[in-house]
Amino acid sequence: MKLVNRHTFAWLIVIVISFLAIEGLVSVGILDVFYEMALVQIGINIILGIGLNLIIGVSGQFSLGHAGFMAIGAYSVGIVYLDNPTVTGFFLGVLLGLVLSGVVALLIGIPTLRLKGDYLAIATLGVSEIIRIAITNMKITNGAAGISGIPLFDAIPMRQLVFIFVVIVTIIVVNYVRSSDGRATLSIRENEIAAESMGINTTKYKVMAFVIGAMTASIAGGLYASYFNTIVPTNFNFMKSVDILIIVVFGGIGSFTGTFVAALVLGILNTLLQDVSDLRMIIYSLALIIIMIFKPSGLLGTKEFSFSKLFSKKIKKAKKGGSTDGSVRN
Amino acid sequence: MALLEIKSLTKNFGGLAAVSNVDLYLEEQELVGLIGPNGAGKTTLFNLLTGVYEPSEGEVNFQGERLNGKKPFVIANKGLSRTFQNIRLFRELTVLDNVLIAMNNRYKEGLFTSILRLPKFYKVEASMKEEALSLLQIFELDGKNEELAKNLSYGEQRRLEIVRALATKPKILFLDEPAAGMNPQETADLTALIRKIQKEFAITVLLIEHDMSLVMDVCERIYVLEYGQLIAHGTPDEIKVNPKVIQAYLGGEV
Amino acid sequence: MTGILQQLINGISLGSIYALIALGYTMVYGIIKLINFAHGDIYMIGAFLGYYFINEYQLSFLPALLLAMIISAFLGVVIEFLAYRPLRNSARITVLITAIGVSFLIENVMIKLFTANSRAFPQAIEQQKFTFGSLQVSNYQLIIIVTTLILMTLLQFIVQKTKMGKAMRAVSVDTDAAMLMGINVNLTISFTFAIGSALAAAGGVLIGLYYNSIDPMMGVVPGLKAFIAAVLGGIGLIPGAVVGGLFIGIMETVVSALGFSVFKDAFVYGILIIILLIKPSGLLGKNVKEKV
Repeated sequence: MKLVNRHTFAWLIVIVISFLAIEGLVSVGILDVFYEMALVQIGINIILGIGLNLIIGVSGQFSLGHAGFMAIGAYSVGIVYLDNPTVTGFFLGVLLGLVLSGVVALLIGIPTLRLKGDYLAIATLGVSEIIRIAITNMKITNGAAGISGIPLFDAIPMRQLVFIFVVIVTIIVVNYVRSSDGRATLSIRENEIAAESMGINTTKYKVMAFVIGAMTASIAGGLYASYFNTIVPTNFNFMKSVDILIIVVFGGIGSFTGTFVAALVLGILNTLLQDVSDLRMIIYSLALIIIMIFKPSGLLGTKEFSFSKLFSKKIKKAKKGGSTDGSVRN
Repeated sequence: MALLEIKSLTKNFGGLAAVSNVDLYLEEQELVGLIGPNGAGKTTLFNLLTGVYEPSEGEVNFQGERLNGKKPFVIANKGLSRTFQNIRLFRELTVLDNVLIAMNNRYKEGLFTSILRLPKFYKVEASMKEEALSLLQIFELDGKNEELAKNLSYGEQRRLEIVRALATKPKILFLDEPAAGMNPQETADLTALIRKIQKEFAITVLLIEHDMSLVMDVCERIYVLEYGQLIAHGTPDEIKVNPKVIQAYLGGEV
Repeated sequence: MTGILQQLINGISLGSIYALIALGYTMVYGIIKLINFAHGDIYMIGAFLGYYFINEYQLSFLPALLLAMIISAFLGVVIEFLAYRPLRNSARITVLITAIGVSFLIENVMIKLFTANSRAFPQAIEQQKFTFGSLQVSNYQLIIIVTTLILMTLLQFIVQKTKMGKAMRAVSVDTDAAMLMGINVNLTISFTFAIGSALAAAGGVLIGLYYNSIDPMMGVVPGLKAFIAAVLGGIGLIPGAVVGGLFIGIMETVVSALGFSVFKDAFVYGILIIILLIKPSGLLGKNVKEKV
C-alpha cells in the first residue's frame, strides 16, 4: 500500500511541475502565442494518440479510422457551443460528442471487430470516411464549407484546458490498462485463441477498447474545434487518421510514454520546420522513413516509464548492497 | 450422471470427418488418457470440447448442460480449461500477468473502481496476486513471476501453460501433449506433477499424449482414436493387449 | 437500356484504371503482406512521366506509355530496395508506416518540383467520339479498355507460364519454403514491385489522357479505391483485383448517374464493409481459419 501511495504522489508532483513550468514559461514570455499553439496541438495529439494506442497497442486491433471519431467530437462541440457560447455549452458539446462517438463506436465495433488485421484497418478506414462524407452532406454540419466562428473556450486559457484533459484522459486510459480488464485486453493482442480459452470475452474487451478510444478522440476533436474556431470535413480525412497512427507507431506501439514522447518530438519537429515550410513535409516524411528503418519498434518499443519500477529498482539495489538474503531460490 | 458426456460427436472439414461419431465420458476426479497416432483427431476433439470448433453433429454435455455452439470463453468459465499443443502463452506479458489473466473472470474489479483506483481495486489486486503466486509456487515458477513468458525455457513454458489453465479454477483440465519435446527426466517430473494436480485440485484431467509410458502410468482409463474414430476404450492393461490398438500403432505386427 | 449500357462503358473504363492499380496492390500484398501505400503515388508518377515524354520530347502516345512504365518499374524496385527491404522481418505495421512515409515523400517532392497545381495532360491522341444510336464511346475509352486487356493478358502469361511467375506464386504461398527450394526471394519481390509499378504507371498515363488533368496528389484517392478494389475481390488474388476494380468503377458511375454522386465514395466504403463482414476474404477469396 505504501509503495502505491508513493508512486501516485510522484506522478502528482510531475503533473503539478509540468503545469507550473508551462505557466511559468508563458508568463515570462518564452512561450509566445506561436509556441503556445504548438503546445495545444501537441496536447490534442497526445489525447488522440493515447486513445489510438489503447486500440492498437493494447487490444491489438488495427484501426485506421480514428479521425472519424475526432470529427464527431469536433462537430458536436462546434454545433452546440456555437449555439450556446457558455462554459455549460462547451461541456454539453463535449458530452454530446462523447455519447455520439461512444454509440457509433459500439454499433460499428460489434460487427467489424470480428475482422482481423488489415481487413479491420480497411473497414475502420471505410467507416471514418463514411462519417466524413455524411458530415459533408448534412445541413446541420453546414456541408463542405464546415462551421466557422466557433467560440474559443475562455473560462481558463485553452492551454490549461487541454492540459487538464490530457491528464484526465491519460489517467483513465492508463488505469484502465493496468487493471484486470486491461490485462484481459492485452491478452487479446498476445494470443486471441488462448485468451478466449482462458475465459476472456474477447469481443467485449475489443469493443470496450474501441469505444474508449473513440470517446477520447471525440474529446480531442471538441478541443480542436474550440481552439481553431473553424472546422471543415477535410480536417478529419484519412490523412488525419494516418497522422495519429504515426504518433502511436513512432512512439512505440503499446507504450503510452512513447505516445507522449512521439507527440512532443513530432510536434517540435513540425514547429521547427515551419520556417522552411515548403521543405517541411519532405523532411518530415524522410525522417519518418529513416526512423522506421533504424528503429522499427518506435522510440520506446513497449517500454513504459514507471515510478513504481523506479522505486523497486532502488530497493533492489539497496538490498544487493547489503547481505544476500534467502529470497533467491535454488 | 457423468461430469462430461459426449454423444456421437462429429466434425467434418469439407468432406473429411476429422472426428466421427465419438462417444466419451469423464467422471469426477478421473485421470483419463486420449491416445492415437498423429492425425487421429485428438486435438480436433479438444477443440470441439472447448468450443474452438463447433461440432457438425452430436452433443457435448457438461453437468447435464449442453455445450455445443457455445463460445470458448463461455465454456472456459463453466469450468473446462486447456493447454495447447503448440504453446500459446501471452508471450510479451509477464509470467504473473499470464496467470492473472486467467483469473479475470473470478475476480471483479469493476470499471470505475479501477479507473478511480478506489481502495477495493487494491484489495482485489492483492488477493489476485496472492492466489496467482501460490499457484506459481506449486509449479516452481514463483521466482520468475516478473519475467516475460517468452523468456522462459521450453519446459517452464509448458508448466506455465498448465498453471494458467488451472488459474481459471477448472473442473476439467484438458492437457494437449504436455510432455512433447521433453527429455525422460522432465517427463518423469511432469508425470508426478500431473498426478499431484489431479489430487490437490480435485479435478478431472483428460490427457492427450504420445509418450505411452506416461499415459499408461498415470491414467485410470484410456480412449484410443484412429482416423477420427474411437477404436478402443479401457484400463491401461486392457489397452496394452487390445489387438486393434496394437495394429493402429504398430501396423499389424504384434 | 442504352442509358445502362452507356454507364457500363463509362464504368468499365474507370474500373479498368482501378484494376490496373489494384493489381500492383494485390501482388505486393500477396508476396510480402504489405499495404503499399506508396503505390497510388507510382500511378501519379506514371502520369507525370507520360506528360513529360509527350510534352518535352514530343513522343507519341505508345512510346511515352512504355517509357513511363519502364521508369516507374525501376522506381518501384528502388523504393522496395531502400525502404521496405531493410524491414523485411519487422512488424507489419512498421513497414506500413514506412510505406506511408514513402508516399508522403513522393507527393511532397513532386509538389516541390511541379507545385501542387494541376496541369493539362497533352492530347497525344486526338479525342474522337463514336456514336451508336444514343450510345457514345470515345476512342480514349477504347484505348483504356484495350490497353488494360493487353496488359492483363500479359500479366496472366507472366504469372502462369514463366519461371519468374512460378517463383512469385511460390513466394506468396510460403516465403521460407520458396527460399529453401532455391528461389531467389529478393529478386522475385523486386520483380513483383517492377510489374506492379509498371501497371500502375500505365493506369496513370491512361487516366491523364482520359481526364486530361494531372497533379501531385492525384494518386491518393484512386490509390485508396484501388486498394479497396483489391480487398473487395480478395486480396492477393490477381483475378480478384480485376473483378474488384471493375466492380468499383461500374458502381461509382452507376451511383453518380442515379444522382447520388456526392455519396459515391460512401457507397464504395459501405459495400466494402458489408462484403468484409459477410466474406472477409473478398469476393473470390477462400476463408482460411487459424490452425489451433
